[in-house]
Amino acid sequence: MRIHFRIKRFDPTTDQKPHFKEYDVDLEPTDRVLDGLNKIKWEQDGTLTYRRSCAHGVCGSDAMRVNGRNRLACTLLIRDAGTKLTIEPLLGLSVIKDLVVDMDHFFQKYKDIKPYLINDDAPPRTERIQSPEQRAIFDDTTKCILCAACTTSCPPFWANKEFVGPASIVNAHRFIFDSRDHGAAQRLEILNQREGVWRCRTVFNCTDACPRHIKITQAIEDVKRALLFNRY
Amino acid sequence: MASAVRPSTYHKHDVVIIGAGGAGLMAAVQLAGIADVAVISKLYPSRSHTGAAQGGICAALGNSEEDHWEWHMFDTVKGGDYLTDQDAAEVLAREAIDAIIELEHMGLPFSRTPDGKIAQRRFGGHTRNFGEGPVMRSCYAADRTGHMILQTLYQQGIKHNLNFFDEFQMLDLLINDGQVCGVVALQIRTGELHIFHSKAVIFATGGFGRCFSVTSNALALTGDGVAIPWRRGVPLEDMEMFQFHPTGIYKLGVLLSEAARGEGGIVINSEGEAFAKRYAPTLADLAPRDMMSRFIYQEVKEGRGVGSGKDGVYLDLRHIPYEVQEAKLPDITEFIRVYLGVDPTKEMALIQPTAHYAMGGIPTDLDGRVLLNNTEVMPGFYAAGECACVSVHGANRLGTNSLVDLVVFGRRAGRHAAEFLRTAELAPLPPNADAFARDQVERLLSKGSGPTEKVGAIRETLQFEMFDKTGVVRNERGMREMLAILDDLKLRYQRVAIDDHTRTFNTDLLEALELGYLLDISECIVAGALGRTESRGAHYRDDYPDRDDQNWLNHTMVWKTSGGLRFDKKPVTITKFQPKERKY
Repeated sequence: MRIHFRIKRFDPTTDQKPHFKEYDVDLEPTDRVLDGLNKIKWEQDGTLTYRRSCAHGVCGSDAMRVNGRNRLACTLLIRDAGTKLTIEPLLGLSVIKDLVVDMDHFFQKYKDIKPYLINDDAPPRTERIQSPEQRAIFDDTTKCILCAACTTSCPPFWANKEFVGPASIVNAHRFIFDSRDHGAAQRLEILNQREGVWRCRTVFNCTDACPRHIKITQAIEDVKRALLFNRY
Repeated sequence: MASAVRPSTYHKHDVVIIGAGGAGLMAAVQLAGIADVAVISKLYPSRSHTGAAQGGICAALGNSEEDHWEWHMFDTVKGGDYLTDQDAAEVLAREAIDAIIELEHMGLPFSRTPDGKIAQRRFGGHTRNFGEGPVMRSCYAADRTGHMILQTLYQQGIKHNLNFFDEFQMLDLLINDGQVCGVVALQIRTGELHIFHSKAVIFATGGFGRCFSVTSNALALTGDGVAIPWRRGVPLEDMEMFQFHPTGIYKLGVLLSEAARGEGGIVINSEGEAFAKRYAPTLADLAPRDMMSRFIYQEVKEGRGVGSGKDGVYLDLRHIPYEVQEAKLPDITEFIRVYLGVDPTKEMALIQPTAHYAMGGIPTDLDGRVLLNNTEVMPGFYAAGECACVSVHGANRLGTNSLVDLVVFGRRAGRHAAEFLRTAELAPLPPNADAFARDQVERLLSKGSGPTEKVGAIRETLQFEMFDKTGVVRNERGMREMLAILDDLKLRYQRVAIDDHTRTFNTDLLEALELGYLLDISECIVAGALGRTESRGAHYRDDYPDRDDQNWLNHTMVWKTSGGLRFDKKPVTITKFQPKERKY
């Protein structure tokens, strides 16, 4: 079937501002939106620029706005996306070229919350013991692939780029609630600041946007409760 | 338009690691605090394909039932159809135990047993007591074990404040008078060249499944780090040994992990028969991947295939309760829902074999040191992970052993490099260090004249023909045709032209460079497979259907020379287990 793509383009070497370019591509209903972009790039216009790698939703490279919603182009099928597609870069991060945005700011916010196990005790000779129940508490937030679909769908982030953003809170949650970790107090202190977790207005955009179906708003709520009631 | 050419930016580090997947990061973490480490990746580290590994990582922890590293070693050797170097398999099986505990201490969130230890499950080809029956050896974190390994190691890299150069495409390896002294890389965002000058270089660039049309591999897996040293005179080992995984999603190639069969999934033909047990009475659906792929090929050939081309079969998970699917196989069942549009608790998944893993690659010793020939190492040059060939997987890799390989040999390469750096001197750069890379880039960026060829068209032909002629089943006629096709494609590649002539984030340029690597690697695969007149592990020829230990119990080595490919053999290291017929 013939699919109409309307893609927001920006080439910093020639363009003052972004513009839309249109393409028609023959695709199967079971093709991915990424297959459509690849067909355009490989057969019609090699200048079209986007990130992609694994092509099945685990690497997080190809998050973009498809018909106004943040999606991974490789997990959205044409039969679900429709025959007319408007594709734009993620909102709230500066555009480098076409659909490629500057991810450095996003990764810096991730690094800010100390996303690594903090535990200075000498480890045992074998594994540290953790019950299945303790492990289950943070299972959901271990799924994050850092695609930025959540953070770039978040209105408080659009308004204020210093907000730590949902992705960072998800990754803080992954450690705060890990029974082996001793760094919860440090991370909660960061998240308790002006640009921390309280900027969240519980809009649920992040949860809707997450291609890994992480209950992000719930995770943010868990962190807020940990701060309010000192429970973690 | 391409702007004026800027001089390369110069960087100096003790060690430069190319690739930020499991092997590269494991090596980097060993060096943290000891040396000045730079990690270069063409992606952001968290995008590396280690993250796609699903099922688990084997080690004889014995958390759920009795297990021993000797059993793991035996399975690895037998799985590799005795082409595995047994000293390497011993290192793998012994050190896996310690390496996995190290990962757990770094914070890896493994799934847990009721008493809080690392959970383990069954996996294809992994057995108790030298082949008696399946054993629970695969340590897992749901079905995203690779994702958790990649995340954990990247997090350690952040903790140790390593120098990450994200989205830098390596273009050349610098060697001065036999001494490796750095790499040249393109900063993708700016289009500028950078020279990384170092005492040691570690390659951990992953595989090259994109030589084939149906593959589980990421679009980024074009074998850059295998082709580049080869062009500089480094040999490659066992390139004909490429694994086709039996359970890829039909047409797409996306992997449905062996964990699905480890949890009880079975493969079914058009007549509704669970046919694996007819071929492998003991292990049935848990037979190793090369065999499962051939069973499927045989079923299809005998007319019992399904799908639009009647060239697939079904994977049946319907008898696995919904709760178990969601707890243990959430990603796999999600792939089935998204890409096949079926509910795996109600319908079967349509699958076919998919190009999955390169057993061959850059030859190394047990410390990851790259071999220049059968006896000499190249000081300061290391390789680990899928781009390397230790050889621990022989002719066919067992499930989970890729992740074991990454952590065990990534760790050994990192540790040996730390030792090497204590006394190593920085070799001077070769004259005009960036000239080759610069010429390559400028030639593609400039607009040529005369008839031109498109990257996409050449690549599509390459991938289709490679899958067809050098796939699960091979023979002389097909491979000779493939070599002729490759000759034609290489000629066409010389006229390749791109649309994008700018320097900012030029992925058109990158794809053209990557196609060059794929073409070189494909030639090594085909020529190696044509030369090996036997069937062993993943390399199956219907014109030579038997294993031939008399003539072929050895590795294949291939060099690039001005007169074409030069081949040699390298002996297999045999210690504990004499070659026997491989039955399951």
